[in-house]
Amino acid sequence: MKARVYVTLKPSVFDPQGRVVADALVTLGYQDVQDVRQGKFFEVELSDADPASAKARVTEMADKLLANPVIESYRVEVLQ
Amino acid sequence: MKFAVVVFPGSNSDYDAFYAASRVLGEQAELVWHKDTDLKGADAVILPGGFAHGDYLRTGAIARFSPIMGAVKTFAERGGPVLGICNGFQVLLEAGLLPGAMVRNDRIKFVSQLVPVRVEQTDTPFTAACAAKQVLRMPIAHGEGNYYAPPDVLEQIEANRQVIFRYTDAAGDAAAASNPNGSLNNIAGICNRERNVVGLMPHPERAAEPALGSADGRLVLESAVRAVTDGVKLHA
Repeated sequence: MKARVYVTLKPSVFDPQGRVVADALVTLGYQDVQDVRQGKFFEVELSDADPASAKARVTEMADKLLANPVIESYRVEVLQ
Repeated sequence: MKFAVVVFPGSNSDYDAFYAASRVLGEQAELVWHKDTDLKGADAVILPGGFAHGDYLRTGAIARFSPIMGAVKTFAERGGPVLGICNGFQVLLEAGLLPGAMVRNDRIKFVSQLVPVRVEQTDTPFTAACAAKQVLRMPIAHGEGNYYAPPDVLEQIEANRQVIFRYTDAAGDAAAASNPNGSLNNIAGICNRERNVVGLMPHPERAAEPALGSADGRLVLESAVRAVTDGVKLHA
């Protein structure tokens, strides 16, 4: 079973990397770009076959290691 | 007294800290591998600068789970003096031994320069030998030294006098122009509530002798010697 974890900086935290990417896009002619927020994406392969327990496990992993709750939030998706 | 300097895979200021403690100060020092589980009877612990575990995921995020961190945590809880320098500061933040987090420098670039830093509080084991509001010149070298804490936490650490070092100009004025990385309130170093755990981004061990361009950092390490000699109380 596969799970996906999306980690993003909380809205209150300034994202210098996203700012630079946004500036680059505007320079490339994408004048409609207002802002970019950069995040992280993880694909986790699990031996667990039960979606509910897999989601609980991966949420725990995100909380403990994949994200820093002081500055980041995360979202977990389990794929069948 | 005896310093323990923790060596993570990717530490690169471990020998600088070891050298400063043993050769410059003439104290005992021992390098302790991150897979060790005891601190070899040290009176003070240094988590050195570098790129522990390649800084993968986030700076300090993997290092906080190194086996030695259990002993560091216990030592800190008993009141033992712990100093995190640069990457070591980032490890202490990830481990929850200090409040807040580090994000990428606001101007994206890695900054490497000698900067003035003002000592805000002298009642910690790593500032006891400094004068109040003394300006120390020490090098910084980091890409992620932009200190962040949520507004309520920031308010708390300021109220509790947990901000120990601030970036300033040479005269000691903490203006926005003297902030090299975007840190909130020009914060360069903080301590925990109990004041025995200190983290700072500048490198005192790289400014411990005149030949290095500044000997001001020596005071930070001498503070630990003074604190231990004067009797830091470890509780069970």
